[in-house]
This record gives sequence, structure tokens and C-alpha cells, in this order.
Amino acid sequence: MTTRLFTALIGLLLAVALMTALAFGPVPVSLRELGIWSMHWSPMTLPELPRHIAIVLGDIRLPRVMMGLMIGASLAMAGAAIQGLFRNPLADPGLIGVSNGAALAALAVIVLGNSILAGFMATFGFLALPFAAFLGALLVTWVIYSIAKLTPGGSQVTTLILAGVAITAFSGAVSGLLTYLADDAELRSFTFWSMGSLASVTWRDLAIAAPWMSISLIGFPLMAGALNVMLMGESVADHLGINPDRIRRRVFVLTALAVGAGVSVAGMIGFVGLVVPHLVRLALGPDHRALIPLSGLVGAALLVWADILARLLVAPAELPIGIITALLGGPFFLYLLMRQTTEGIQHD
Amino acid sequence: MINVAQLSLSKGGRRLLDSISFQLTPGEVVAVIGANGAGKSSLLKVVSGEWGLQEGELSYDGEPVQAICKQDLAKRRAVMPQASPMSFPFKAWEVVALGRTPFGLNRPARERKTALERLELTGTAHLAERHYTALSGGEKQRVQLARVLNQLLSSQAKHRYLFLDECTASLDPSHQHQVFQRVRALTSEGIGVLAIVHDIHLAAQYADRVLILKEGALLEAGAVRDCLTPQAMVEAFALHTHRLSHPEAEWPLLVARKNPLVAPQPVPFKSADVAAG
Repeated sequence: MTTRLFTALIGLLLAVALMTALAFGPVPVSLRELGIWSMHWSPMTLPELPRHIAIVLGDIRLPRVMMGLMIGASLAMAGAAIQGLFRNPLADPGLIGVSNGAALAALAVIVLGNSILAGFMATFGFLALPFAAFLGALLVTWVIYSIAKLTPGGSQVTTLILAGVAITAFSGAVSGLLTYLADDAELRSFTFWSMGSLASVTWRDLAIAAPWMSISLIGFPLMAGALNVMLMGESVADHLGINPDRIRRRVFVLTALAVGAGVSVAGMIGFVGLVVPHLVRLALGPDHRALIPLSGLVGAALLVWADILARLLVAPAELPIGIITALLGGPFFLYLLMRQTTEGIQHD
Repeated sequence: MINVAQLSLSKGGRRLLDSISFQLTPGEVVAVIGANGAGKSSLLKVVSGEWGLQEGELSYDGEPVQAICKQDLAKRRAVMPQASPMSFPFKAWEVVALGRTPFGLNRPARERKTALERLELTGTAHLAERHYTALSGGEKQRVQLARVLNQLLSSQAKHRYLFLDECTASLDPSHQHQVFQRVRALTSEGIGVLAIVHDIHLAAQYADRVLILKEGALLEAGAVRDCLTPQAMVEAFALHTHRLSHPEAEWPLLVARKNPLVAPQPVPFKSADVAAG
């Protein structure tokens, strides 16, 4: 498939997703009303919109959809970049525990914010939560990479996955400990962190998280050329004039920004970073110059669609979006594992 | 000219290289030979700038290597690795196109055209559209050579250098000669080549000079004819050889003797011991 056709297809899917996400919900909005609302900034004189519809669209659905777009795009790009850096198509920020690290750090800030971590809260104010999530994500990325480097031949799948299992188990245990200290409200938000949801996203959340995510959304595509070279190994990258340490540091920081910011507003949303780059690679090949931006586009579309499902499947109640992505991603991951195993046998 | 003076390297308390000095001039092929663990790869990694310089001096055309940034270095020298595994299915020509990374990439159509020309040089044009991951070991190496040539030949630098790290180990004999003939041809464009070679016959046939390493130090350095001697083989490899000559070969031919190992000597079997025991 050509890049142009693929882009057009995904663009269409994204546009339909945006309209659907804005139109569907407990308060029905007609396409005509959506059209009027979307033109309300223009100088044209348009028919008056019922006030409650304008509020539902502008203050509830729009920030939610935009957050979905940004989280989907940055998670998918982070997945593509991490897979490139580890030279392993099974790496994913969620799978190797990065999201868990971010969520644990965020949880720690929520539960311990008025005791042990009061100083941290005082220093960073309303940025304490995203900043903690960022630090948690960065720490886990660094730990995983250090472990992967110890194994001869770079990043073995098993090492990565097992390290992810260990980190997930550990962070689960620490989260469990923290829940003993938590009150009811904190417990509810704990459930929210562990399953992920866009339900409560406001403009304020968007304002806090979007700048950080924007850095990663701009930064990842700029790494594409270097990541292509890194696929041939760090030595070859060095021979071609690229400093592998610098690339590694940048990918870590960008990933931690993407995951940390995403987790701090929407909790853990898994598998986007695994599934999306894979699909794009299947369609267009492994060149990061196309892979990273288009993974962003597909990730955005996927997450908005997943959010629509989360809202519609059990309406008027809502499912956490992390459940939807895990339902899609879990079997997909198993399929990848099986395929990699059988291919490995054929190649040997 | 690459000038190496009193170069030493230690890692983890072990001395890997011990005050090595030599020069590599544009237009010559210098082969590095030595037993396993003699420090050949370490030497290549330091001289090519991949590892930092610890002790001694290393300069490219008079400029100390520390003063050259990675990207500039990549415009002056290319390195052909022992093996280049890759787990993502790039097409062969895309791998070759990556060789132009230090010079900034052009539009895809032009990159592809240049890559195809380079593949032609290594006799692998027919592999251009194949997935690199599906190629045999030998095919991968020849595609990598095309990538390395893409890097070297794209450069406008006055003096360029090529480092080969035992890159023919996985090739069959005719492909080994194909690679070395291609490399030999580069010297006429003013490219200096430093090649780690396991096969002494290849070194003898294609190199102008040899460096023989032993335990991190330079055992011998000089013209092929002067250095590739049975005595040197005993010292460097603990191997007894005959030096032969053939009217067509201007280079020395060293072949292993019937009982070639210097040490440890096989224990002679004594029937008397069996009878006594």
C-alpha cells in the first residue's frame, strides 16, 4: 500500500471518528447541530444553538475527544520509537512496565501528597501529578533498558517481557500497599489509574497535559532518521555519525513525557503502543520516517474509536477505555508472540 | 593519513592494546592479523573512533580524533562490521540508502537510484527489492558492503578510510575474493583500507602491508613479503607453516605443516605404559 493512500484512509477514519465521538452520547446531537457548532467561531450568521448542546459539545465532548487524539497519537509514536530503539517489535511502553511506573508515581502523589510527599506537592503545585508520572515513567524506561543491555545480543524478547512482568508485579504490590493508606475517594481514583478512562477529562487537564505531549508529538518524528540507523545496532549508528547514547536519552525522555502526561490525566491505557506501530509497519514497512507520523495518526483514530465504544457499549454507564484497548490488544499480542515463535523456528 | 602513535587501551583492568604505532595512507590496504583475543577488534574500534581514545595519539589527516565530531568522522571513514543482524524487514536497497545518513537524505527516488548503483558494485542488484531479513548471511554482508560503499563514495572528503572487521568470514571463497577485489579497487580512488583478516591467504593476496598483533602489542609491521614468514606464524599463531611460492603469485603462500601445532604437543602414546599399567 502506498503511503499516500494509507494516510488518506486513516484520515477518513479519523474524521468519521471525530464526528461520531462528538455526536453520540446521552445528549443526542444532530449532524446539523454539529455543523452549526463547528462553525460558531466563523463570522457567518448562523441559527442559534440550544445552550445545553453548546455546553455538552464545547465543555464535555471536545476536550475529551482532543485528549483521546493526543494520548492515542503520543502513545502510538512512543511505541514505534521504543520498538525501534530496542530493535524489537514486541516492546511497548505499557508492556514493559513504563505505564505502571507512571501510574504508581501518580498514585503515590495522590495518596501520600499530604504526608510524606507534601514537600514535592508544595514544590510543583498542580504540576506535581504529571511531573511524578513523568519521573516514574522515566525511571522504569531506564531500568528496563539497563536490564536489556546486560543480555548478550541486545534486547531479547524474553528479557524485556520478564522485566516488564517483574516491574508490573512490583508496582502492583506497592500500589496494593498504598491502597491500605488510601481513603474512599483515593481508592476510586486508584481504579481509574489502573484501567484508564477519558471520562473526566476537562479543559484544565488538557491544558496541563497537552504541552508535554506536544513535545513528544513533535520530537518523535524528528528522531525517525536516527532510529532507522539504530535498527542496525548501536555500533553501526556510531559509524554513520549518530551518537547512540544521545538518541537513547532523547527517546527515553520523549517516551516518559508521552506516557507520563497521558497517565496523569487518563490512567493506564495499554497496548496502543504495541498494536498501532505493528499495523502501520505491516502496511508500509519499517521506515520510521513514515512509521512514526502515521502511527500517531492511527493511534489517534484508534483511541477515539475505543473511547466511542467505551461510551456506547454499556450506555448509559461507561467502560474504562483501558479495558477496550486491552480487549483488542491482548489477543493481538498473543498472536504476535506465536507468529514470532514459529518464524523463529523457520529461520533457524 | 591516519596516524596512530603509542596507542594503548585497558578495559576492566585488562590491557587490551599496548602502545601500538602505525600509519594508514590513502590508497593502501593494510591487513591486521593475529590470534583470537590478540586485540584486533579493539584496535579497529579505537582507530575508527567508535571507542574513545584512552592513551596515545590518533589523528586523521593531522587532526586529532577528539577534535572531529561524529558526523564529520562519518564523512571520512566507513566501517564494515562482522555481521549486521536486523529484526525489521527493510528492503535491501533501503539498508543501502541508510549509508547516506551522514550527508542528509535526499528524495526517496534519488536515494533509491544511488542505492541501486551501489548494489550493482557488489553484485547484489538483483536483491534490491528483497527483504534484508530474508537474505542469507553472505547476501547480507554484500548488501552491507554496498551500504558502506554508499557512505564512502557519497563523501567529498579528500582522504577517506575504510575499516573492515573480519567482514568476509561468512562468505564463500568466490564472494570473499569478490569483496576484496572491490575493496582493492577503492584504493585507486584514494581510499585507505584497514582490514582485519582471518584468512592469511586473503591478507597476503590483497594487502600492501600487514600488522601482526599478539597479546595487544604489535609483533610485526611491514610489507606482506617481509612479515608473512613461518617465524611470524609461529610467534603469532603458534602454528608451523611452510612458505611456498607459485610463479603466478607475487605474494607468499603459507600452508600449515603436517604437524602444525607448536604447543601443546600431543602426548605420544606409549604401548609400554599400557603394558605396565
